[in-house]
Amino acid sequence: MMTTEISRSALTLRPDFATIAAWIRPGSSVLDLGCGDGTLLYYLRDKLDVRGYGVEIDAHNILACMKNGINVIQNDLEAGLSEFEGGSFDYVILSQTLQAMKNTEYIIREMLRVGKEGIVSFPNFGYWRNRIQVASGHMPVSPTLPYQWYDTPNVHLCTLHDFEQLCQQHRVNILERRVMNNDRKVTFLPNLFGILAFYRFSHEA
Amino acid sequence: MFTQDSDSIGIVSARRAHFDTPLSLKSGAVLDSYELVYETYGELNADRSNAVLICHALSGNHHVAGVYADNPKNTGWWNNMIGPGKPVDTRKFFVIGINNLGGCHGSTGPVSTNDKTGKRFGPDFPLVTTGDWAKTYVRFADMFGIDHFAAVIGGSLGGMSAMQLALDAPERVRHAVVIAASARLTAQNIAFNDVARQAILTDPDFHDGDYYSHGTHPRRGLRLARMLGHITYLSDDSMASKFGRELRNGSLAFNYDVEFQIESYLHHQGDKFADLFDANTYLLMTKALDYFDPSQDYDGNLSAAFARAQADFLVLSFTSDWRFSPERSRDIVKALLDNKLNVSYAEIPSSYGHDSFLMQDDYYHQLIRAYMNNIAL
Repeated sequence: MMTTEISRSALTLRPDFATIAAWIRPGSSVLDLGCGDGTLLYYLRDKLDVRGYGVEIDAHNILACMKNGINVIQNDLEAGLSEFEGGSFDYVILSQTLQAMKNTEYIIREMLRVGKEGIVSFPNFGYWRNRIQVASGHMPVSPTLPYQWYDTPNVHLCTLHDFEQLCQQHRVNILERRVMNNDRKVTFLPNLFGILAFYRFSHEA
Repeated sequence: MFTQDSDSIGIVSARRAHFDTPLSLKSGAVLDSYELVYETYGELNADRSNAVLICHALSGNHHVAGVYADNPKNTGWWNNMIGPGKPVDTRKFFVIGINNLGGCHGSTGPVSTNDKTGKRFGPDFPLVTTGDWAKTYVRFADMFGIDHFAAVIGGSLGGMSAMQLALDAPERVRHAVVIAASARLTAQNIAFNDVARQAILTDPDFHDGDYYSHGTHPRRGLRLARMLGHITYLSDDSMASKFGRELRNGSLAFNYDVEFQIESYLHHQGDKFADLFDANTYLLMTKALDYFDPSQDYDGNLSAAFARAQADFLVLSFTSDWRFSPERSRDIVKALLDNKLNVSYAEIPSSYGHDSFLMQDDYYHQLIRAYMNNIAL
């Protein structure tokens, strides 16, 4: 959701965008929910021949997308994706936005209505530094959770286990998971040592 | 206020284009020949790939930007949008403004003389549609050797005209910018148009449209039509903040003369318009609005109607526009998405109602500027 300088070089793509991009098949169609200034879509179109649209609500981001030549549709994600037909995209991406949504279950259902697969990334509340801060009596503040408790858009934080449980409840089939600590992949105790979680999922068969 | 390095295009002049090939209209009527009055701004490039067509709305005309040498106060109706360094940059684009067929600013219409009779067309001038206008735009492009327009841009009825061209001549339009428009009018829209028409049609000076022979003009009807229209172009909030309950003379007079400032404003708008616009043209323009409905031939399915479009689209709406609300623009966007066309859509915060598309607004103008900048020639 944060506005970033668009990078025209593959080498300088933000690590979390690079993680998502690695999951996208060339030539596919992508809907990027909360696309910021369109950096990820720009990269996907430029390098992977991906056709796509971004959805944004913030005027600055919409203008940035326009300047970057990205198809951007102004929409409030809380109201769903009614402009998009079912199954009309290969992937629907919700990058570091799930935790700021009020209607989390609804948006995940909408993602799987509109897309064949969903890709979600979010800050893992179970990261050990967050737990230490809570144990010491404070809501965690960190580079991935940079807000104070009284002034934060993050209304639905969760851990890896929480998200996986939600998927099970809603018969969402997790196809792949990747957990990152900055640009390092985390495979040991990811719920404890992972900062950002990435999931690729579809409907249960 | 955005004034960085932008300037007016300056002095412009209108020209006439004559078309001798008969034009078959949707109504069934045929025009043997006709003329269109137009203005251009900027230079057509060697490839003829930088032409941008501006479509005017109900009461608009070909004088889109700049001023006239003999009347420097007569500024084009979209002068804030078009010019050197402006959002539609005439240093890059060759911008064309055409007075639509049926208009009263020089193009063949009810006011023009019918060569066959030697009298003005008046009520004999056929009703025209956006589909008819699209045909005239294509012929105009052919005349200039323009294979395709880099962009077609319009607001309100102009946005509808842009859509119509993108649908009827898909290979001739590369980008369509559709502002404060709708895929078709609602019953409420038509109702307002009907009342406006009734005011004119029932004016004793109308004489069934042949008022020219009687030396009259249905000023009263046209004035009322404009006053009504004007209310639909503004927003509740903007009227409240601009006029509120302000009185002209500070106290109630207990009569039916102008008392409130809003009354004075509307009367002024109506009077001014009645002197400048032709009643028959006004009538047929409102019918062109009512008739616009690309989905009509597709059982109301707008997505099916847009299947043949090829252009990239920019669709813009304004939050306080209740004549053509943002929901109407979203209908258009959905049809474009269903056809996997390139489209961007933004809803611009504004308090000026439907008239917003004519106003200077930083965000609005920056969006257009960014979109036009990205058009490769």
